[in-house]
Amino acid sequence: MNEHVTVRPTSEWTDQDGVVRRIRIPAPIAMLAELTHRCPLACPYCSNPLELEGVETELSTEEWISVFQQAASVGVLHLHLSGGEPAARRDLVELTAAAAKAGLYTNLITSGIGLTEKRITELSEAGLDHLQLSIQGATPELADKVGGYKGGYGRKIAVAEWTHAAGIPLTVNAVCHKQNMDQMGDMLDLAVRLGARRIEIATVQFHGWADRNRQALMPTREQFLKANAFVAEARKRLEGIIVIDYVGADHHASYPKACMGGWARTGLNITPSGKVLPCHAAETIPSLRFDNVRDKTLEAIWYEGEAFNAYRGDSWMPELCRSCDRKAIDFGGCRCQAMALTGDASATDPVCIRSPLRQLLSEQADADSLAEPPAFVYRGR
Amino acid sequence: MSEPVAVTVTGSTVAKLARGVRLREDPVRGLNVLLAPERALALDDIAVMIVNALDGERDLDAIASDFASKFDAPKDQILADVIAFVDEFSKRRMLELKS
Repeated sequence: MNEHVTVRPTSEWTDQDGVVRRIRIPAPIAMLAELTHRCPLACPYCSNPLELEGVETELSTEEWISVFQQAASVGVLHLHLSGGEPAARRDLVELTAAAAKAGLYTNLITSGIGLTEKRITELSEAGLDHLQLSIQGATPELADKVGGYKGGYGRKIAVAEWTHAAGIPLTVNAVCHKQNMDQMGDMLDLAVRLGARRIEIATVQFHGWADRNRQALMPTREQFLKANAFVAEARKRLEGIIVIDYVGADHHASYPKACMGGWARTGLNITPSGKVLPCHAAETIPSLRFDNVRDKTLEAIWYEGEAFNAYRGDSWMPELCRSCDRKAIDFGGCRCQAMALTGDASATDPVCIRSPLRQLLSEQADADSLAEPPAFVYRGR
Repeated sequence: MSEPVAVTVTGSTVAKLARGVRLREDPVRGLNVLLAPERALALDDIAVMIVNALDGERDLDAIASDFASKFDAPKDQILADVIAFVDEFSKRRMLELKS
């Protein structure tokens, strides 16, 4: 691994007056490290791929530490230690310490299962900056049903209390869908009670496992509108107490999300075996080939990797997007969603009201949202 | 666990960065950045000076007096700016306040 990027590569961007400019590729800000795909939970909307990577393929402690050091030197500021369940890695404390030493802001994204009071204290001493704890509902019955793990809810409450006692700032992460959206207010109250400074209320994104559970998870249009109004009201009421980050159901919205802040513009994702992806779902695009940190430097992969350059700039965009006044806002939406719904990863995200497929998407979303929810297809089971 | 309460920021407020919020140099971009959960804010020189002055001991009034003498500028104006800054960052839950 001795290659260096000498000339900063650029991508093409066409201005509104039709002038093509070459713009420099920005350094990455955030990196999501999927330390493992092992997880005791089996959430039916898991963001891990349908084909999970086995423990025998996982990067070693030394390999992860090298990746963290490379990330820091290439410009990454935030490191998200994720999974699967990152606590399933026995070297989690050691990895956290190495990342903190490299200057990275370390955020542990966890279900809480596998963390003990002792381990949380050790993480705190290792320099963990922040902990993000998932909750699946506001009652043990619903939460444990969604997570597919009995006793999970009670354990999470204990983990939140230990985190608070250790002084580590806490974010509660509430993934919302048809079956728990009506508990949104209770989940927010729970987060405040647990001492969280921040809550992420994010509606399920329909890729991978979630796509297999569309009828069980797709919120209704009414739930979507109610959630939007609730969040707007709660943000005012709880200003200065808790920060609310919210991702609404894009299938009911008018414009697509600015997925990843634009392809390969701000962040990257490392799989347990070291594959480097522009987003966690990128492997659903069959035409892309992904580099591995075992073969190349992170810097070379970020600036020169085929998968990273595939959808940078706007030269890949269909005319509908390239000439659109919103292209610098949403970058044409989500490539993986375009792939899943149109079979073409460079198509306009069908969530966009300007997409010719939007009508079809709305009809499908409405039908799924109104269906009697079938039993969950749990991840990995 | 006690329920947190939103605080009104005044000249007698004492503030410091909350745990999990830190200021660092970003040599790759040549900036000073304030890092918090899911946030990275580029700070200009004045903002860096204010953040560095929030030591959890002096109140905002004392900090404004210090700046006023250093920069030969009207204290009331500086205090208003510092209060507005602290209020904004407090709403983002990036500061610990006492008053």
